[in-house]
Amino acid sequence: MSDIPDSPSTTALRRRLAELRGADVAPRPLDARALAALAANPGCRRRALLDGAGVDKGALAKKLGSPAAFGQSQFAFARGHAFEARVKGDGGAELMRLVHARTGTAGTPAPEPGEVAVPDLTASGPDGRAERTRLALERATAEGGWALLNHPMVRLEVAGSPVHLEPDAVAVHPDGRWTVVEIKSFPILDGAADPTKVGAAARQAAVYALALQALGGRVDERMLLVCPKDFSNLPTAEAVDLRRQLATTRRQLARLTRLEEIAAALPEGVTFDPARPADELAEAVRRLPAAYAPQCLSTCELAFHCRERARAAGSVEVLGREARGELGGLTTVEAVLAAARGEAASLSGGDGTDPSDDPPDDPAAAALRRAARLRAEALAGRS
Amino acid sequence: MSLISTLARVEAAATGRARPLTTVRHRHLAERPMVLVPLTTAGEVGAPLGALVGTDRDAPRLLVVPQPRDRTLRFAFLAELAEVVLPHLESAQGTVELQERAETDPETGKRVKVEVELCADAPQLIVPNTAGISYVRLLGRSTRFRRTAEEEPDSPHPAPARLPLLGRWLTHYGERARVPGSSLLLAVTEVLGRHWATGQSRLEDQHLGALLAWIEAEEGTSGAEAALRVELARDGDGVPLTPPAGPATDPAFDNRRLAPAIARHDAGLPGAEEEIRELVASQLRPTWDAVWRALDLLRALPPGARVADRWKRDRWSYTAHRDRLRAGEPPQPRRDDAVTAARKLAARETALAELAAQEALDDPLVMAERRLSGEAFAGEVVRVEPAWSEGKRPMPRPLVTVRTDDLPHLEEGDRVHRALEGGKSQPGVFVASPAPGLFTVRLTGGMGRGKVPEAGSVPEEGETVCWTLFEHAPRGGPDLPDPEETPWTHGGPPDPDALDAPDPVTPEDLL
Ligand code: SF4
Repeated sequence: MSDIPDSPSTTALRRRLAELRGADVAPRPLDARALAALAANPGCRRRALLDGAGVDKGALAKKLGSPAAFGQSQFAFARGHAFEARVKGDGGAELMRLVHARTGTAGTPAPEPGEVAVPDLTASGPDGRAERTRLALERATAEGGWALLNHPMVRLEVAGSPVHLEPDAVAVHPDGRWTVVEIKSFPILDGAADPTKVGAAARQAAVYALALQALGGRVDERMLLVCPKDFSNLPTAEAVDLRRQLATTRRQLARLTRLEEIAAALPEGVTFDPARPADELAEAVRRLPAAYAPQCLSTCELAFHCRERARAAGSVEVLGREARGELGGLTTVEAVLAAARGEAASLSGGDGTDPSDDPPDDPAAAALRRAARLRAEALAGRS
Repeated sequence: MSLISTLARVEAAATGRARPLTTVRHRHLAERPMVLVPLTTAGEVGAPLGALVGTDRDAPRLLVVPQPRDRTLRFAFLAELAEVVLPHLESAQGTVELQERAETDPETGKRVKVEVELCADAPQLIVPNTAGISYVRLLGRSTRFRRTAEEEPDSPHPAPARLPLLGRWLTHYGERARVPGSSLLLAVTEVLGRHWATGQSRLEDQHLGALLAWIEAEEGTSGAEAALRVELARDGDGVPLTPPAGPATDPAFDNRRLAPAIARHDAGLPGAEEEIRELVASQLRPTWDAVWRALDLLRALPPGARVADRWKRDRWSYTAHRDRLRAGEPPQPRRDDAVTAARKLAARETALAELAAQEALDDPLVMAERRLSGEAFAGEVVRVEPAWSEGKRPMPRPLVTVRTDDLPHLEEGDRVHRALEGGKSQPGVFVASPAPGLFTVRLTGGMGRGKVPEAGSVPEEGETVCWTLFEHAPRGGPDLPDPEETPWTHGGPPDPDALDAPDPVTPEDLL
């Protein structure tokens, strides 16, 4: 929305983020997938700042010597495209039939071919496209008919900076409702799909729905998930309730520490420009507090780097959230083993727990001592 | 996870080598299992690309689909798969033992004893990981409703003759794998993970090569480093040297190797098919070898005493499926009706409780977890007082007091159980804790029918005993087939209207 002037603080933040990214580096746009992942690990300031500043984390990880193993198979890419093209083909007739069948108001007729408006959303630049989208939604809603917005562009304010997002489609109902449509190439088999994949799609759709809500529309709290049916390439769809994802994403995006704060904690001159030498970058990254968990491996390009650091620090985070939860306040391998041996945890570096804590009174340490004793006894009895 | 297994993970992280979680093996391993390592193309969800399969680790059969989008080539692959796998799955149908079972006579409504067949063994199928199990299910689902040329002479794409049958077997094995403790179809990452703790997360343990690196590390070497090498090692094109056993291929492999080779194949260039076969084999072979190494490690562990008991249930399951096929039943439905689904769920819950109890009884290290959580206690008998029940025929009800550091969650009157030699268990009731660390239990059974307890049925002073607060056999008789395994010949034919139609054939199917 280029016609709205930026506030001075926003301009200052943008300048600061550009510095952090590197003077001549183009920002890497955030997408909904990244936002959904960000919201899944809201405690990670490292990721929040790098993503917020548009740093190419993939390039950074490579420079740090721990490249991510992400990539997309061209087969998957081709199939995804072919399927989306098929779903949207014929002026979106099949897609709108599914929109009506799964999310339409009961008892209303399905849209007739030719009855669906498909507004042109092309414009130069993301701000222009977002503006076109806003106008198209406004008009379609006012006209009170069916409309299909193919690859619209919406804006969402995240941790103090704007992010442009591109849903697969948004459908406008005659009653003025807007429904987010996501087209995925994993199958719905016998009416059920992989719950992890559906969950990821729903979190992503929730991000779009939040951005649409910011435009003041009446956004459906269900998304339409379109997938291939069984083993075929024929589309089928399910309405997926987004209320829970909307609530969590809203809460977690709000909790994302504001970028200004994180940026302010960095000394002048720090930059994440992948052109800088590796040790300088490693030092810069180290200054950003992380919150590593093994789930990062499938969601964040820096995961191998953060894992290596967490391992080197002897952090129990690397064992998984479940294990970590069980160990309570003992956060390092050394502290756990010391507690298991019955030594004072503070001697071996707990995590800032008060050294005057009396270990025998700590229930976690007492349980560990008993666990270690029982385990040793059972292993010793082994023939 | 329990605190003890978390501690084992921490120990592993500290030493760089996996640590044991058990002292015995808790799953059945057949003498001659069939290993199946499937491979699918990333993106074309479920479209088979190839497989290594067989019972001889030195001579796997390589099956390859040079163009996964070609239905004819996929059918050829599936036909070949049926040719290799079906003889294995059918191999144990003929050798049976007779078992007695109580059944309700349909005419008189009385419970009568009948003799039924139980297959003396059951064929085992092993896949690398849980995704492999899901893929077995998917293959079963996609093939069991297919129509062969014989069933549908006019079909433009008839399925290979034995394919629907393979689908029904794979479906059965896939369903059975949902039952805790069952061993007809095993994923080695799961079985290894049950027996060893690594110093990484469960998520990373899904990579069979990395998991093995932790376990196989020799004294003085770092499994952690070896696992990292396995996980990260890639060739100049970024193709992983030890792929994580998929079954989906690695994107770099797809883009750099497979796609150009398939393009050459599509263009009809000579040698292209051979090239694809070699590529597919290169991705499968490391996993194939890893699965067999994993089986070696597991075989080196002595089996738990109650493993054979659970394997017998697998044999019942196998026999029941055999009987359903013989009775000409239709393929398993796409979706279970509500009653069947509820029954299966209940059966799985029982199986889970039973598995937890049996593993603890078979293995002091597993029992240690239950002791830590207050569900069991073990210690030395410090006093035995003879006592009898009141009534006309007094029965022995001795009081046994043990000393223990364990902290059982006991209240007066709680039932406790103790395993006896020979697999039976003895009930007792918690009476009181006369002093800290002392617990008194009144034995209430398992001492014979006389006024004097049978020899050896009451622990003696100085003996070490272990009481559990959980039951040892949380279900009925050990020899009954699971409810879902009851053949319909014993319960009437299914509703013919409920039969599922085959999937429609479209030009762009994946499987
Ligand atoms: S990998 Fe590192 S930067 Fe990325 S989310 Fe995890 S901890 Fe944060």
